Amino acid sequence: MKTIFDRPESMTKIESHYCPGCTHGVAHRMVAEIVDEMGIRGKTVGIAPVGCSVLIYKYMDTDMQSAAHGRAPAVATGVKRVRPDLCVYTYQGDGDLASIGMGEIVHAANRGEKITVVFINNAVYGMTGGQMAPTSMPGQKTTTSPKGRDIELCGSPIRMAELLSTLKTPSYVVRASLHSPAHIVSSKKALRQAFKYQLAGTCFSFVELLSICPTNWGFTPVQSNKWLKDTMLPYYPLGVFKTPEDK
Amino acid sequence: MPKILMKGAEAIGEAAIRAGCLSYFGYPITPQSEVGEYMSRRLPEVGGVFVQAESEVAASQMIYGAAGAGVRVMTTTSSPGYSLMAEAMSYIAASELPAVVVNIVRGGPGLGGILPSQGDYFQAVKGGGHGDYRCLVLAPATVQEFVECVMKAFPLAEKYLNPVLLIGDGMLAQMMEPVDFDAVKTAPQLDVEGWATTGCKDRPRNVVECLWLDPQLCEDFNFELIEKYKRMTAEDCYFEEYLLDDEPEMVVVAYGTTSRIVRTAIEELRKDGYKLGMLRPITLFPFPFERLRALSDAPYMKAVSVVEMSQGQMLEDVRWAIRDQYPVGFFCRMGGIVPSPEEVIDFLKKEFVTRGLKGAKS
Repeated sequence: MKTIFDRPESMTKIESHYCPGCTHGVAHRMVAEIVDEMGIRGKTVGIAPVGCSVLIYKYMDTDMQSAAHGRAPAVATGVKRVRPDLCVYTYQGDGDLASIGMGEIVHAANRGEKITVVFINNAVYGMTGGQMAPTSMPGQKTTTSPKGRDIELCGSPIRMAELLSTLKTPSYVVRASLHSPAHIVSSKKALRQAFKYQLAGTCFSFVELLSICPTNWGFTPVQSNKWLKDTMLPYYPLGVFKTPEDK
Repeated sequence: MPKILMKGAEAIGEAAIRAGCLSYFGYPITPQSEVGEYMSRRLPEVGGVFVQAESEVAASQMIYGAAGAGVRVMTTTSSPGYSLMAEAMSYIAASELPAVVVNIVRGGPGLGGILPSQGDYFQAVKGGGHGDYRCLVLAPATVQEFVECVMKAFPLAEKYLNPVLLIGDGMLAQMMEPVDFDAVKTAPQLDVEGWATTGCKDRPRNVVECLWLDPQLCEDFNFELIEKYKRMTAEDCYFEEYLLDDEPEMVVVAYGTTSRIVRTAIEELRKDGYKLGMLRPITLFPFPFERLRALSDAPYMKAVSVVEMSQGQMLEDVRWAIRDQYPVGFFCRMGGIVPSPEEVIDFLKKEFVTRGLKGAKS
């Protein structure tokens, strides 16, 4: 009998802790599938963040290092610089990458570190219980913006893909989304291209994935996908923001 | 190789390279920026990696990454920068990685000054970052000893899978002294196969992490750390005894730069007949508690004094070592002021009077 669907070789046989409807599982699986497809399991090192996906090091059956909150791009820099033959990626949420880790991500991108960054933007702090993130939408109610995000006090949501694409250093910067099967297919395409650029030693690569957090948004998964589409997509346009070929 | 005259900061860099450390991540801060400058020039010559990080936070996390990937790695900084590295030091200790960090301590608190101080003793010796952990702390007193300590630091870090911290000050980092790099050989790097993230081809995966959501597991790990630190104390506690073998009345405890001034003071006082010597800790953690306790228990020993460039941080360890059997004399200069031999001599003479010792009359 031919196997047509199975757990990727690069994932451990451990049940994940994610909430029902969470898109972390989809993003994890895509990364693992790409590692399998490229045949790079034996030379891949993933850097885990702090946040809901802190335990990704348990789920990926490759070498992994965990990082302090926001520091994954610095840790990845350390690994990649001393072992340039490895494939090194970070997997970070929006609080980790766009708030406490803003310095590390901007400078890793600007140095043109040959790493891949998978950025999960679900507009909320998940693990700590639904606080406002730097990417939370204007008016979005969170546990620390109970009346909705007030942009007069908190500023507007940070668009990381746009921000990083302003750097002069060549890079690959994409924003994709996980709210529909078709978008998941394009997300995987973007991720594959990001890993390809790293393996070719071409450039820093960054894939922002708009994601849902039904638990902290207080919606069902279906409602969450709709909220992402209606609220986040207009503010966070999808597409390729920068390629290494850009002048 | 003959001795060469070298600035402390550059000697630290060269010692690391000769110890097989081919990766350095750092951020400039006075009075040790010359280490980074030296490494930026030298490491490319030997096929090594130099990265000027965006901050001490990032530099220390880069060494966490590189250490996790199983190579010898070092960063250097000065006091305010070391505070920013506290996060990574805790993670490196908790993830049981070997890494070498040098803190060229300057006057504080706050932005403080740039001149020599020993005000970071607590931070170095008692942990520094969050959680229960210790660095193995080396405190050399000369540029030559700094070189030797750097070369020993890597094998020690690998032996214990623990960060090794060297502390000095601007005097040691900025001064030129004769150095012999061949005086000490560094042991080769231990096998990293069992834990480093080198890629899991042909072996089970390695994971570098430090999260224990089950408190029992976290406590178990803390007990393991206690055992590790006991082993350090038993096997790698280093100190120098200066003029302590003729039953002196007083032992002075001092380390690093201060110990050099105390040495001069003791030489002078000995000429006048004062019987005193010095215990100079070379490892501040593990601290030579046992030796100091034995000295203070000796029937001939009547007084213990401490001279340091802080408000009395090492003083607390000394008092604990001698169980406060008698008052400990204490003299300090702070904020970047190095005590002069004369003022140390005056202090020690007064101590002889205060404690009712024979001193010059003997």
